[in-house]
Amino acid sequence: MAELEVITLFLFSVIVYSIPLLYGTAGEIMIEKSGSLNLGVEGTMAIGAVTGYVVACRTNSLFVGVLVAFLAAAVVGAAFAFFTVTLQANQNVTGLTITTFGVAFYFFLGNGLSNSAGGWPMLGDTTLAAQFAGIEIPLLSKIPVIGKVLFSHNILVYLAVVIAVLMWLYFAKTVPGLKLRSIGENPGAADSLGINVTLYKYIHIMLGSGIMGIGGLYMGLNMGGTFEGSNCWINGYGWIAIALVIFANWSPARAIVGTVVFGLFNSLRVYNVAFATTFPGALGWLNKIPAHFFSALPFIITLIVLILSSMRKNSSSGEPAAIGRNYYREDR
Amino acid sequence: MRKLISIVLTAVMAVASVLAFTGCSGNAGGEAASSFKVGAIYINSKNDTAGYTYAHHKGITEAMKQCGLDPEKDLYIVDNVPEDDEKVSQAIDQLAGDGCNIIFGISFGYLNAFDEAAKKPEYADIVFSHATGYLSNDSNFNNYFGRIYQARYLAGIAAGYKSLALGNNEIGYVSAWGTEYAETCSGINAFALGAQSVNPDAHVNVYEIYTWGDQEKERQAAEILIDTYGCCVIAQHCDSAQPQIVANEKGVFGCGYNSDMTKEAPESHLCAPVWNWDVYYATAIKAAMEDHTTFMTKVGNYYEGLNAGLVGVSELSANNEPEAQEAIDLATDLMKSGNWDVFSGVKLSFSGEKGAVTMAQADADLVDNTGAVIVAAGGASVDDGVIQGSMNYYVEGVTQVNSAE
Repeated sequence: MAELEVITLFLFSVIVYSIPLLYGTAGEIMIEKSGSLNLGVEGTMAIGAVTGYVVACRTNSLFVGVLVAFLAAAVVGAAFAFFTVTLQANQNVTGLTITTFGVAFYFFLGNGLSNSAGGWPMLGDTTLAAQFAGIEIPLLSKIPVIGKVLFSHNILVYLAVVIAVLMWLYFAKTVPGLKLRSIGENPGAADSLGINVTLYKYIHIMLGSGIMGIGGLYMGLNMGGTFEGSNCWINGYGWIAIALVIFANWSPARAIVGTVVFGLFNSLRVYNVAFATTFPGALGWLNKIPAHFFSALPFIITLIVLILSSMRKNSSSGEPAAIGRNYYREDR
Repeated sequence: MRKLISIVLTAVMAVASVLAFTGCSGNAGGEAASSFKVGAIYINSKNDTAGYTYAHHKGITEAMKQCGLDPEKDLYIVDNVPEDDEKVSQAIDQLAGDGCNIIFGISFGYLNAFDEAAKKPEYADIVFSHATGYLSNDSNFNNYFGRIYQARYLAGIAAGYKSLALGNNEIGYVSAWGTEYAETCSGINAFALGAQSVNPDAHVNVYEIYTWGDQEKERQAAEILIDTYGCCVIAQHCDSAQPQIVANEKGVFGCGYNSDMTKEAPESHLCAPVWNWDVYYATAIKAAMEDHTTFMTKVGNYYEGLNAGLVGVSELSANNEPEAQEAIDLATDLMKSGNWDVFSGVKLSFSGEKGAVTMAQADADLVDNTGAVIVAAGGASVDDGVIQGSMNYYVEGVTQVNSAE
């Protein structure tokens, strides 16, 4: 077992398992930039995952699946916007409700299809697996280690990075992006400048939710598309994504780095063994650490990040000033 | 006004999502009082479509039909009950209040609550039946489990043939737990011995995931066993089909668990050790229906295997080597005859082409992976008590790759 190969496989796995977080985090950043705090990431991803997967299998098209996952999650986003923007409901409660509802919907649909004699579509009966297969980028994928790690992934991995980069450009370089950020900072001031606050919030909450939905579909396809009655595909990724938004300081570009850091710990809990066996001298101690510690690590890191970020509250923070508060024109 | 509407709508949505959770569990209001009622306490949801609770639920409903009972009316379930004495006691009280004549508890941690309930004089007419435990009494409390290790030995034979044909001795095993539980440990050992009966050099690499079920960990464990340890067959003792799906994706082979996972892994699945729980449940329900006072003399503590049909392997898929079926049949017949069992001082070995597979028996020490002798050559199989309760070592040829030592 070549040393280099273990490192390559480890880094490859890091990317594979950090991508759902990137979708979730990027989507949440877009929503939070509009001044809304959506705690429904887990549920939104679950709905995107299950609807996208079922439709993708029926139509045998990954493209349609992605589209449906996006749209279904965007509908959930529209519901969130309707409650919090139009009806001024509490954002935290609405978000939590969406999580409860979304995960329940996932099991509802899954159980319903599984129980009706094999109604749950199997990935093996479609060509989706081939459409989801890794794409070796010419030349680049031939570079040792880096080629396999960065340039031999499936299409949705590249799409996540493209979305994050585009979103960063959108916030930093475009007029609508600037207007959006101004709403997040001070919706009253933005309103007085003639920016349609309600419209902006609706559009970006739906866009952000839709992006989360694609992440859910990615997760479902990555898990081979089997429905288990007691364990959701999303499995807590939605919650980590919310914390990652803070880690990334509300920057989609930094989110790419943040998700990779979290993916690192996620894969380490499995690869500690391989490292310990391959490098008995330098890393043999990795096998002495209980597995439970590695499983807890992402959450411990989340805790540390939250503590640190709340300590350094200064002007460089990207946190939108009006986050979590509903904007009601008459209250101005 | 607007605030009011929003509060109302949020409330409606919250209620709707709670209903979505509980919407399917609606047979609590049993109307026609039947003469015999069955109670069951599940660790997961009765709506599960695979895994441990599913297997038991299926067993109970099928057994009830065999006994002329209607699961829709006569079966009372409390599901999603964690292994917490107070919660289990509440569930027992609820089922006793429903008038259940026999109550099954399927998870190990229900042990103490069942023991306490069986002692209560007001519950003396109820039969308590607890899976995978070790406590019982003389009147109304038994435990039940099966020799799944026998089925794992058979699956090991199929894996052994595959590894021999591929010329790769490395076999992977994704396991919920390792030597902490005799259940997982005896399964791993039996699988390894089965594989070695065909390929004496077979080496089983165990990856312990430290939980009964977590799809993502199961997937990652299988990935690392294949990618890093070069395993050509992936066996499993965990809830989901992820290890088999990974084997399918990566073009190696696998043995599932609990159900025939060929539908999840059509190109790679060999066969899976499976439970036929209805065999026990039918026996228990029939006995309790006849006379609950003689339950403990007629059924008692129940520990059956291939001979009763409680365990077995799923139908061998086309991915198997041609000799596997014959060898498995030979081993099955031998174990059913009661003349040989897995953890004894006699080793089986299989040889020969398809159509002429022969089985040889030879006396040999059964040793653990540190070299200590467990059973001397020619000795009888270790006690059931060890297999059920105290086995805490791996046999020769088994290594846990992520042992914390």
